[in-house]
Amino acid sequence: MATTTPSRKRKQSPVATLLLYPLEWLEERSGIVGGVKWFLFRKVPRDSSWWHTLGSATLTAFLVQAGTGVILAFYYKPDPDKAYQSIQHITSDLTLGWLVRGMHRWGASVFIILMFFHMARVFLFGAYKYPRELNWLVGAALLITGMLAGFTGYLLPWDQTAYWATVVGININASAPFLGPFLAQFLRGGAEIGTNTLSIWYALHMLLIPGALFALIGLHLYLVARLGVSSPPWSRVAAGRDRPPEPPNGRVGLTRGGRE
Amino acid sequence: MVETKGPTGPPHGPAPSLWPLGFAIGLTVVLVGLVVGNWLTVGVGAVLMAGFGYVWVRDAMSGDEPAEVAAAPAPDEATVVEEEVDPTLYRRGTFIGLATLGLGGVITGMVALPVAGFAVLPAFVDQGTDDIDIGPIEDYPEGEFVVATFLSDPEQGEVSRRTAYVRNNGFKDGQPSFTILSNRCVHLGCPVQVNGLSLEDQKQLVSVENGPSVELTPTQAASGFGCPCHGGQYDTEGNRTAGPPVRALDRYRFAIRDGRLVLTEPYSVGEVDGTGAEAVIHAYDWVNPSVHVDGVEAILYPLEPPH
Repeated sequence: MATTTPSRKRKQSPVATLLLYPLEWLEERSGIVGGVKWFLFRKVPRDSSWWHTLGSATLTAFLVQAGTGVILAFYYKPDPDKAYQSIQHITSDLTLGWLVRGMHRWGASVFIILMFFHMARVFLFGAYKYPRELNWLVGAALLITGMLAGFTGYLLPWDQTAYWATVVGININASAPFLGPFLAQFLRGGAEIGTNTLSIWYALHMLLIPGALFALIGLHLYLVARLGVSSPPWSRVAAGRDRPPEPPNGRVGLTRGGRE
Repeated sequence: MVETKGPTGPPHGPAPSLWPLGFAIGLTVVLVGLVVGNWLTVGVGAVLMAGFGYVWVRDAMSGDEPAEVAAAPAPDEATVVEEEVDPTLYRRGTFIGLATLGLGGVITGMVALPVAGFAVLPAFVDQGTDDIDIGPIEDYPEGEFVVATFLSDPEQGEVSRRTAYVRNNGFKDGQPSFTILSNRCVHLGCPVQVNGLSLEDQKQLVSVENGPSVELTPTQAASGFGCPCHGGQYDTEGNRTAGPPVRALDRYRFAIRDGRLVLTEPYSVGEVDGTGAEAVIHAYDWVNPSVHVDGVEAILYPLEPPH
């Protein structure tokens, strides 16, 4: 909340007023500053460690995928006659195209691997337990959706590896009892792989699945902010053996405080 | 007491003023000056913008010290009387709430149903296959497989190129007999290869009426077919001999029109008894790779989408 109530008004330098004015304007009309403070300036357990950064690392990997993917979409052509050539064009001709495509290609693996590391950390720390079960479920949905992003993206280079891997992947779907053949036919956009298959997968890969990922990540982060970060299982503070440290000099916030 | 949300106290936005109007006039003068290329006009506009902008910002930032406004008197608690509601009464608020939900549902359905239909149905409606001309029957020597690659749908172009292994079996009861195996492995759909010699140097192109040429590559001493992906093996009739496939290789029905071999439709095969022209084929409707057509497992696949 902006500190503009008359009783608390302090004398500010003109520069500070000029800088804070837009923030106060926004805050009064949207509450966004309070929202950002609620989300970012949270208390975390004093014994949280590098292990707790794996989720942020996964988020970073996803944002890299989203950013590089948008740029690649400038130049990629989801047409069976042009897709392969457009990838060659991106890789060989366009300035820095090799780099951005490489980031997207290898970043996909990084994203998936980091998801598994993050999941292993949450599992081994017992951080999925009450009250965070729902966030485990959202995370599981994120894992599945993330792997769908990988599955659909794999077809897009439209080379032999991509094509036959996708044929096999679609037919694995078809082997599911009862509805499997219908799922496979939907994924192919017909009884056979044809001109529409590639554009269907492109749309799934760059519109539907990223949208679902953004929504699920938003929910995931909301629950993290609401429920807080769990202490590691060896936490003496959480076990009640150590008292939480007093903040030195009454300061709170970015100082770590206390003895080690 | 009454709880209020949002900022407390009276609103303290900037008071109405005419300074933004002057700022806008200055901006307009600058733009007009830029368009007509008169730097003096631009300069005058810039001065106007700077001056009015300064007083606008100054006023806006000093204008947020409102006069004390008497708070609205709190409602006297004694005057708040619980409204007695007859529980059998259908209240207006309930009606409006349900009507909004219902109308919203109807509108959503009207929009979403056709869209969902368009998302799903094109993959299932109007499927079916065209007849495919794969060249004159003289190009298919008796007793050896020929690798024929062709466009299954010339409108779609090269993406519809498919391969069949075609063997001329001679005549049976005065009728020509062909064994035409699809190269699509029935495990997971990879292309099976000839176990034998593929005579690439004798490849020939046969022109067909609509669409690009059919490629014909003779083979020699083919002992069967093998899939490079997961090792499925088939004999020369397409029966599975090893590996993960769940049935025999798919085949094509054929016709002979004006001396030319025409593929009419693909079908799936449980197994084949006998060989060549004498073979007895256990035929089923064309299904996906990986789908069982016979045996106990076929219970798991009672329905097949229209092909």
